[in-house]
Amino acid sequence: MLFIENLTKRFDAAFDRPLFERVSLTLAAGESVAIMGESGVGKSTLLNCIAGLESVDGGCIRLCETDLTTLDEDGFARLRRRDFGFVFQAFHLLPHLTLAQNVALPLWLLDRDDRTADARARVMLERVGLAPRADDWPRHLSGGEMQRVAIARALVHEPALVLCDEPTGNLDPGRAAGVLELLFERIQAAGAVAILVTHSVVAAGHADRILHLTQGGLIAAPVVA
Amino acid sequence: MNATLRHVFLASLWRRRLATSLSLLAIALGVALGLAVQLIHAAALDEFGRGIRLLNGAADLQVLGSRAGFSDELYARLAQRPEVDQASPLLEIETRLPARDEPLRILGIDLFRIGAVTPSLLPVSANPDEAAPAAGDRLDALQSDALFLSPAASARLGLKTGDRLRVQVGTRERTLRIAGTVPAAGVGQALAVMDIAAAQQTFERIGQLTRVDLRLAPGVTRALAQARLAALLPPGVAVLTPDDAASEVLGLSRAYRVNLTMLAAIALLTGGFLVFSTQLLAVVRRRQEFAFLRALGLDRDSLWHGLLAEGAVLGLIGGLLGCLLAYLLAALAFAVIGGDLGAGFFRGIAPQVRVEPVLTLIYLALGVFAGLAGAWLPAREAARMVPARGLRAGDEAEVYRARPRWGMALGALLLAALICLLPSIAGVPVFGYLAVLLILAGAILSLPGATVAAMAMLRPGRSTLWRLARTRLAAAPGQTVVAGAGVVASVALAVSMAIMVDSFRGSVDDWLTRMLPADLYLRASDATASGYLDPESVARVAALPGVAAVRPVRFETLRLGETGGAIALIARQVDAGGGLPLVAGTLQPPTGPDQPYPAWISEAMADHLRLGVGDPLSLPLGARSHPFRVAGIWRDYARQQGSVVIEIADYRALTGDTRTNDLGLTLTDGTAPEPVMTAIRATLGEQLSEMILPGTLRAMILGVFDRTFLVTYLMEAVAVLIGLFGIGTTFAALATSRRKEFGILRHLGLRRRQIGLLLATEAALSAAVGVVIGLLAGGAIALVLIEVVNRQSFHWSMDLQLPVGLLLIFSLSLILLAALAARLSGAQAMRQDAVLAVREDW
Repeated sequence: MLFIENLTKRFDAAFDRPLFERVSLTLAAGESVAIMGESGVGKSTLLNCIAGLESVDGGCIRLCETDLTTLDEDGFARLRRRDFGFVFQAFHLLPHLTLAQNVALPLWLLDRDDRTADARARVMLERVGLAPRADDWPRHLSGGEMQRVAIARALVHEPALVLCDEPTGNLDPGRAAGVLELLFERIQAAGAVAILVTHSVVAAGHADRILHLTQGGLIAAPVVA
Repeated sequence: MNATLRHVFLASLWRRRLATSLSLLAIALGVALGLAVQLIHAAALDEFGRGIRLLNGAADLQVLGSRAGFSDELYARLAQRPEVDQASPLLEIETRLPARDEPLRILGIDLFRIGAVTPSLLPVSANPDEAAPAAGDRLDALQSDALFLSPAASARLGLKTGDRLRVQVGTRERTLRIAGTVPAAGVGQALAVMDIAAAQQTFERIGQLTRVDLRLAPGVTRALAQARLAALLPPGVAVLTPDDAASEVLGLSRAYRVNLTMLAAIALLTGGFLVFSTQLLAVVRRRQEFAFLRALGLDRDSLWHGLLAEGAVLGLIGGLLGCLLAYLLAALAFAVIGGDLGAGFFRGIAPQVRVEPVLTLIYLALGVFAGLAGAWLPAREAARMVPARGLRAGDEAEVYRARPRWGMALGALLLAALICLLPSIAGVPVFGYLAVLLILAGAILSLPGATVAAMAMLRPGRSTLWRLARTRLAAAPGQTVVAGAGVVASVALAVSMAIMVDSFRGSVDDWLTRMLPADLYLRASDATASGYLDPESVARVAALPGVAAVRPVRFETLRLGETGGAIALIARQVDAGGGLPLVAGTLQPPTGPDQPYPAWISEAMADHLRLGVGDPLSLPLGARSHPFRVAGIWRDYARQQGSVVIEIADYRALTGDTRTNDLGLTLTDGTAPEPVMTAIRATLGEQLSEMILPGTLRAMILGVFDRTFLVTYLMEAVAVLIGLFGIGTTFAALATSRRKEFGILRHLGLRRRQIGLLLATEAALSAAVGVVIGLLAGGAIALVLIEVVNRQSFHWSMDLQLPVGLLLIFSLSLILLAALAARLSGAQAMRQDAVLAVREDW
């Protein structure tokens, strides 16, 4: 489903030193992978490159037979809108939208009508256990609750690929475990491919595979429970 | 996109209600001022045009003379010409009404001719003893005391048919009977008509006309008739089309109208800057939000359009509010200062505010344009952002990292200087206004570079807060651009207007000193009206105890040049008293039998006729042209159409006219004016003359000056107000957008009060840079206003005066206000817990 081959990213086009190079990865439908590595090695940049938010300096990315490296900016935007879901460390809930509206946001971008989007968002909120608070504001939520809303938002439009950047980085271990369980359960239920970037061995343990990103590429690592 | 547009973009306007309200207010005020000025002018011009059509009727051409008129033999000659089908003679008199302030315009008409050319002036007689007016009776209209009032004149004077009206002729009174009405004149035109022979007799103008209206024979073109008839006319009489005659007055008011429109446009421009500041700050604050939306798949164009939509909605709502406010302002202006906004161009008309759909839509569109223009750069900045960077906290500083634009700034200023050399277009100083815009653009473009340079010049200091503020502005000069764009625009406008008005007022004051050298002034009526002093009256006044000398002045009009434009003639003793406020030439020209008569022309006349000192000039006096030479050019702030001063002895010798309009009295040493005034009233009659002391006259004229600039002051105040809103909202928004930074500083040990002081220091420094740039730009704009706009619009020069104290107080107040606004908004921002503020950075 997702096929990455010899992906290379340099610090700067004029500055020849690579951030990472020859990164290759293949993921089948419903499969998840955790990418770990030292700070500054380029884990988040790799996610951004896959999402088309940063350019690459070599290599190829294919999602469902689409060569992402041939897409222009608008093409990537359309693809992200339809096929990508994101979970960020900082949640990025819009403070002026209710929880239901935050979850409905990807559907709005896909031009779904308000009623359909709202109904679908409420279903997703129910799945993450926040249905009673659908009309509440983000400022009234705890960090864990915010991340559950973000998970609902990432999956509401049934994306093919979910990219998670330190999704539990702002949460205490107890809450982090609950969020991770929910995240992977929902991803599995949706049959999506998931890439998780994390420093947390515990978080990485929820994925099917764990890989270490180094300057020379991705290296397989044993799964640590 | 619809739901996204509603929930993400437009909802954000509601979320930041204060900033949105102030932006709306700024646009609304700019639109309101501009539209109100246009509505007032449209109504006044419409009513004026109606009056012109009423007075011109179906005339193809008009033969016009000076106020003194021309012989009615000319009428007989014109009426017999084959080019002329119908000719209608008129004698137009502004008559002084004893014990009333306003004169009345009386048209002496030929009742048997007027119907063919100007039927709307036909009077309708009425029998005062009957409830309903009887049918028109021309014989009654021919009575020597019969006067017919238009409905507007009737209402203004409070007179009805059968009442009596006293009019002044010289220093005598005549009584006229209101014999009926001029119903077709409508409610907006205050005038009266009477039989032409009766008018000539009543006002001692036997054998004189001021106008002949002509309808041409079938097949004769205007141009052909104009060329043929012009050859028949004596000097000082012109044959013009009715449109040419009307455009004389319209041309005089146009410059004033254009100036006010431009001022309103600058107020709207300042509103646009406020939208720019608030939108840019909103973009900074929402940077992560936009990056996240881009990550979700919102494309660059949709983000750009969404933000432009925010600006357009601001402009639309502000524009709608402004349009409503404009109609209220226009109604208020008509009620308080009149249809010409205090400038005195359209006397005798009573216009009403009417709905102007096209004008309203244009100003609504201008409001939307201001909103869009203000949102343009911030939207572009947001759309250009790299989402991956925007997702990271702390990326906001990128926006403020503005590059110095010295090249573009200098280019704009250089271009401004160059286009100032270009002439006006149809009397409108288009390039002067463009230069003003270019100077503003250059000033704003120079802000980043000026901020960096100013911070480099400041000493680093030992205070942490000072260091933080200085380094912040040096590293992020864009912050000064955001905060300072509105400041620069409003300061530049306020400063330029303050310098221009101060220079103008100072020059008018100096002009008055020279023009009013006497101890007491006596006049039989306004210069244009029917009162005058005859030589006997002058001699009686001169013989009164306490009067050392009298200086008579005679006012007339002349028609000069190819276009036959009217100018004012002032006959007086030139090298006496204060002389003349000369800008070129001399008051003592060479004299001798071979020398032409000397004339001193105003700057406007010099510009209109392209004359310089020493140039020959031919003046039509007493139905003949006489050779004059320009001895000097003087400043005349009273007569925009142009004026010429000649020696009264020359005037009397050439015309035989010994009448006097104004008499300047020099009193003997130690004589108080009051007893002399009492003696004059006893000599000339209680209500037949006006006397005024130079001090009172000076105060009155300066009062008229201030009233004329009232609208200007109002617009200036609005622009400054909008600028101040800009400072307040900008620093409030800046403080909010930097909460995380302040949270970190709190973690590092700074107290809330110190954060407030830091913000206040930054604000004061930013405002100081903005104010200094604004002062320089304002000075440059003032020069353009004085040397280009005023010269090309009104043909007035003035001496530059800098109101240093006022500018200093204004500048310091703005800087202090900026610091205070930032301090208060900082306190608001610091109410949030420091831990919460930095949470997203963990």
